[in-house]
Amino acid sequence: MYVAVKGGERAIDNAHAWLAEERRGDTSVAELSIAQIREQMSLAVNRVMAEGSLYDPDLAALAIKQSRGDLIEAIFLIRAYRTTLPRFGYSEPVDTGAMACDRRISATFKDAPGGQVLGPTFDYTHRLLDFKLAADGEVAEAPTAEPRTEETPHILEFLQGENIIEQEPELDDEPGDLTREPISFPAGRAVRLQSLSRGDEGFILGMAYSTQRGYARNHAFVGELRIGKVPVEMEIPELGFAIEIGEVELTECETVNQFKGSKTVPPQFTRGYGLVFGQSERKSIAMALVDRALRWEELGEDNLGAAAQDEEFVLSHSDNIQATGFLEHIKLPHYVDFQSELELVRKLRREAQELAEDMAAREAAE
Amino acid sequence: MKTENATNEPALGARKAWMGLLARSEETRLAGLWAAFDRDPAFEWLRAPQFGGVMVRGRMGSTGAPFNLGEMTVTRCALALQDGTVGHGYVQGRSTQKAEIAAKIDALMQTPVASALKEAVLRPLEAEQKSLKEHRAAKAAATKVEFFTMVRGED
Repeated sequence: MYVAVKGGERAIDNAHAWLAEERRGDTSVAELSIAQIREQMSLAVNRVMAEGSLYDPDLAALAIKQSRGDLIEAIFLIRAYRTTLPRFGYSEPVDTGAMACDRRISATFKDAPGGQVLGPTFDYTHRLLDFKLAADGEVAEAPTAEPRTEETPHILEFLQGENIIEQEPELDDEPGDLTREPISFPAGRAVRLQSLSRGDEGFILGMAYSTQRGYARNHAFVGELRIGKVPVEMEIPELGFAIEIGEVELTECETVNQFKGSKTVPPQFTRGYGLVFGQSERKSIAMALVDRALRWEELGEDNLGAAAQDEEFVLSHSDNIQATGFLEHIKLPHYVDFQSELELVRKLRREAQELAEDMAAREAAE
Repeated sequence: MKTENATNEPALGARKAWMGLLARSEETRLAGLWAAFDRDPAFEWLRAPQFGGVMVRGRMGSTGAPFNLGEMTVTRCALALQDGTVGHGYVQGRSTQKAEIAAKIDALMQTPVASALKEAVLRPLEAEQKSLKEHRAAKAAATKVEFFTMVRGED
């Protein structure tokens, strides 16, 4: 039963007014602009775009400002906003082979064509706090070299050429879309990938780590990791042809995993795939590992009962907005629910006490 | 599907190229170049600017079956010049101004002012986007690892 209780309006209004003030902080400190957040907190912006599942750096920066830097709250704001947007259509699948790579590395081939391009990475930094940044933000221009003009080939193409890794034949199956149809199980790989790409980074990381620690181990090598911008094309019905409607920055991870073979197929490597909005390296590696673990059935592996193999477990718990919604609702008024439980416990205790008194009286009488 | 049939119908490839260029362009720069061109045509809306989302797709393992990755914001509009030439704007982000300018340019590019407009707006935009892209590629190239082998011990 629900009973409406009124009376909180003034307290709520005042709480929100105070929230706005606290968000702004000390007014003697300059206010952050959306452009500052977009340019200088870009990895937070990327995470909000990836998990909010909406590529728009300015909106993500606004959401971060509004949420006081609480990224899950920011993702919530983006998810809520995106539901108000009419869907213009679906893009052509992006061609990551045409990516303008800022970064492109392989842990499997040292001398891969196109080379090991480190890009703007935290790798090899010493993780020591840089106190110079506290003083001023002056930076020297980064060095340049003769730019690569041709496309950078995917490293796994070379293994595919040798037919020593499973093929990913180009199909044009219509993929499911979890923003249109609720997930049902088995979900299939397309919906799994959509779900993993927008899933909580911490959760996907934990799941991926569990596979590395032995819960459905799949021994992944990072065959290739690339970050950069790709053009997005969409067929425009009123024009009758496809045009580029913009470009998005993506991080793609392709893993090379332990092999399998059968009587008919010679031993070959298997693969996992991660693709995430923005520069989101940890997330895309984790996604590839979890994608690979979830493919156990299709690849004829045993169900080891590991969490990372359980599609329903992973997909039902990876969405931080669903999770936080259910988790946090328990702090909201449950006065009536609780009242009924309180009454029940009091009644049980009363009965127990009456029974005890009864017994005592009977014993005394005997 | 209906297609446009303007008298000065440009080659499909060229139209795709300028629409893509306009979609990717930075709003302030586009607005600046457009204002400098200073030939704002009279027009009627066929579809007033509208924000929306496009679901971006990827392929499993980069080459396999498609899947839905996530959405991006897009603004679209359509207009007709007084001579009936239709222009479409489909641009990245949320900006009615950017979509409107893109649609006007798309329409005017199908009229006799096309070559002047191309020189004034499209060429500079194209050159700047190309130069930005090359500059990033040059910085990436400087981070390419040049392996060398250390020979140790005898033989």
